[in-house]
Amino acid sequence: MIEVMLITALSLYGIAIAISAYRIVIGPSLPDRVVALDMIGVMLVSSIAVISVLLGTTAFLEVILILAILAFISTIAFSKYIERGVIIERKRDK
Amino acid sequence: MKINNVILRTVAKIVVFIILTLATYLFLAGHNSPGGGFIGGLVLASALVLLFIVYDIETVQKAIPVDFKKVAAFGAFLSVGTGFGALIFDVPFLSQSFAYFNLPFFGETELTTVTIFEAGVALVVVGVVVTIILSISEDV
Repeated sequence: MIEVMLITALSLYGIAIAISAYRIVIGPSLPDRVVALDMIGVMLVSSIAVISVLLGTTAFLEVILILAILAFISTIAFSKYIERGVIIERKRDK
Repeated sequence: MKINNVILRTVAKIVVFIILTLATYLFLAGHNSPGGGFIGGLVLASALVLLFIVYDIETVQKAIPVDFKKVAAFGAFLSVGTGFGALIFDVPFLSQSFAYFNLPFFGETELTTVTIFEAGVALVVVGVVVTIILSISEDV
């Protein structure tokens, strides 16, 4: 029973990731694409958690942590690019 | 135009320490689970990149007055040095050894010379990655 639920959740995550990828392709503006990329990162983290419950292993937990950190940093970098036009500044204007 | 990003700066001060903790864990987990010097160095470099994104280059380099090219050179020196250290004991190049010690707080602990080699690898990765990121982010 629990296995059917987990596999159903994985299929729904796949459909959601496909919809987000469609939004990345057609997205009219840059913030739409950034939000879709962040959604894909969060859903990848969740689906890896579901997979590790399904397989009964703890080998993927470091993957979850590193993927969450990289999604966080990349979202911040994209947001700063949208806001400022530059990612790493030489000197902040006071 | 001045942009108020106080929330981002406050969050980054905490998140950097979480990332550094994960980097230390991955560095020490390298023997029989995923981890090691290379991955620990990459995660450490990602913490530094987060600092460089949130603050600016001059602020971070005033807080961490380290030349990252010298860090990479010192790491390579350390790794090769452990390889040559094996020659003193009349064993082949890059031979590693380990032993068990009774430490006062940790109990019986396995200490290896691979850890020094991995520390050198981590320093090389941190230095090279931060140097590349700072070089390609230069304004034209």
